[in-house]
Amino acid sequence: MADVTIIGAGVAGLCAAHAVLGAGLTPRLIDRHGAPGPHGCSWWAGGMLAPFCEGAVSEPAIVAHGQRAAAFWAGVTPVAQRGSLVVALQRDRAELDRFARRTSGHRAIDDLCALEPDLGTPQPALFLEQEAHLDPRAALADLVTALAARGVQIERAEATPQDISGPVIDARGMAADLPGLRGVRGEMVVLRAPEIRLSRPVRLLHPRHPIYIVPRAGGVFMLGATQLESSDRRGVSARAVLELLSAAYALDPRFAEAELLETGADLRPAYPDNVPRVTIRGRVLHLNGLFRHGYLMAPALAEQATAYLTKGIKGDLLHED
Amino acid sequence: MRDFHGVRLASPLMLGTAQYPSPAVMEEAFRASGASVATVSLRREGGQGQAFWDIIRGLGLHVLPNTAGCHSAREAITTAQMARELFGTNWIKLEVIGDADTLQPDPFGLLEATEALAADGFEVFPFTTEDQVLAKRLLEAGAQVLMPWGAPIGSGLGLNNRYGLRTLRAAFPDVPMVIDAGLGLPSHAADALEMGFDAVLLNTAVAQAGDPVAMARAFALAVEAGALARQADPMAPRDMAQPSTPVIGKAWL
Repeated sequence: MADVTIIGAGVAGLCAAHAVLGAGLTPRLIDRHGAPGPHGCSWWAGGMLAPFCEGAVSEPAIVAHGQRAAAFWAGVTPVAQRGSLVVALQRDRAELDRFARRTSGHRAIDDLCALEPDLGTPQPALFLEQEAHLDPRAALADLVTALAARGVQIERAEATPQDISGPVIDARGMAADLPGLRGVRGEMVVLRAPEIRLSRPVRLLHPRHPIYIVPRAGGVFMLGATQLESSDRRGVSARAVLELLSAAYALDPRFAEAELLETGADLRPAYPDNVPRVTIRGRVLHLNGLFRHGYLMAPALAEQATAYLTKGIKGDLLHED
Repeated sequence: MRDFHGVRLASPLMLGTAQYPSPAVMEEAFRASGASVATVSLRREGGQGQAFWDIIRGLGLHVLPNTAGCHSAREAITTAQMARELFGTNWIKLEVIGDADTLQPDPFGLLEATEALAADGFEVFPFTTEDQVLAKRLLEAGAQVLMPWGAPIGSGLGLNNRYGLRTLRAAFPDVPMVIDAGLGLPSHAADALEMGFDAVLLNTAVAQAGDPVAMARAFALAVEAGALARQADPMAPRDMAQPSTPVIGKAWL
């Protein structure tokens, strides 16, 4: 008999199951699609664990909680703790100074090539040594495996909190349709460029098309991501592909020869302040609004939900409805 | 301030709704700005931005939809029609971009779209350069308001061609005009109002500031100062110094 039922097996639901187990309770995990896959927005994430960079446009809660994400994930899946880089093209140099003023945890380096010798031309950059990255799809699979080893299987079934008695953690993302929750469209591209060697994510500041490039195993790179106030779920637009590829090309012209493996588009569930929340509604806790901070914030959100369930502690991410 | 299509605005500040860190910050910035008009772009959202538009409607201000990102008259006209349906307003800020790098308006496409939309009952706010001849043509085509640029969109350069803007203002004393785009600092907004423009429209300067809410407040103060200064009939600049204390009668030691 389960102590808590979790609906939704994306990054939020899986982290919730992990945290519930850690608190000595037995979770039941239900998802209408079964195991994680292209049906969920966690699948399309970049996998950057970049709390300091996010600080440029996010509330302080993201920077504070996000700093503990890499340690959590390292216990579950391979995490590359090699930091991240921020660069700007020659004519947008002022953007780099502005970014530096608005973030912490970085140091300026004169030449990007000192850290990433394979990357084209020497240029100044910011190095955020404490940041990390992971492969989101591998992380989901590893988390599923870790849960299975402790007897938690994902049941493939349709369920809403009303269908279930006892405590429920609702981690359904956009499907939960909660008040104040909106979808923010994101589009990404996956490329294979074996001749380009990059060991850490690079964020390119650009007034029109800011992008990041996250290296994955086997010469594969993820380029992301657009951010549109739209709940359009159609495939990636030609414009988005143009923008993402142009920006990658500007960073290193060899990306022009890359093999285009995949494009993806989905909605990030977000609240008006773009900060994830645990909303308390009686016996139901809604974990939602992870926006672009799924892997960065799901561990903290799951931890706070569990602390409330087991000890009644109300953390800063908890909201009474 | 002159009326805009029969509407008297409570504040000469029009504020854009793009590029804020979050909708919550945007709402707070709007409150701090005292803006009377919220502009909203339709095109990039592909008609699926319902949740975000609800937030904008919730601001309780006049909504001025725009055709940002349109590169032809036809595209702009279609977008304008979509905007009218979505927001239930005849107001449209008409943007027809002629150059992808400078985002300079295409005068020919702008004129074509202005004519078509005005004939279709729209109240057009054309985003134009400071070109006086184009302004005349736009007014003949049915525009009753003009939105000359201060500088290229998002550049923050301020009033790039003060001579041209002053000439434009003087040439059409009865036409309500909004300085749109290129404002980076509150002093630029005050400058525009001191020169006799009726309002200013900006977005990036507030949305991309380190503290958008504080910057919104700074612009609110600036437009108030600028409008008040204009009403107060500023002195004319002079080449010769004029002592504020007369020299004659001063104690001679």
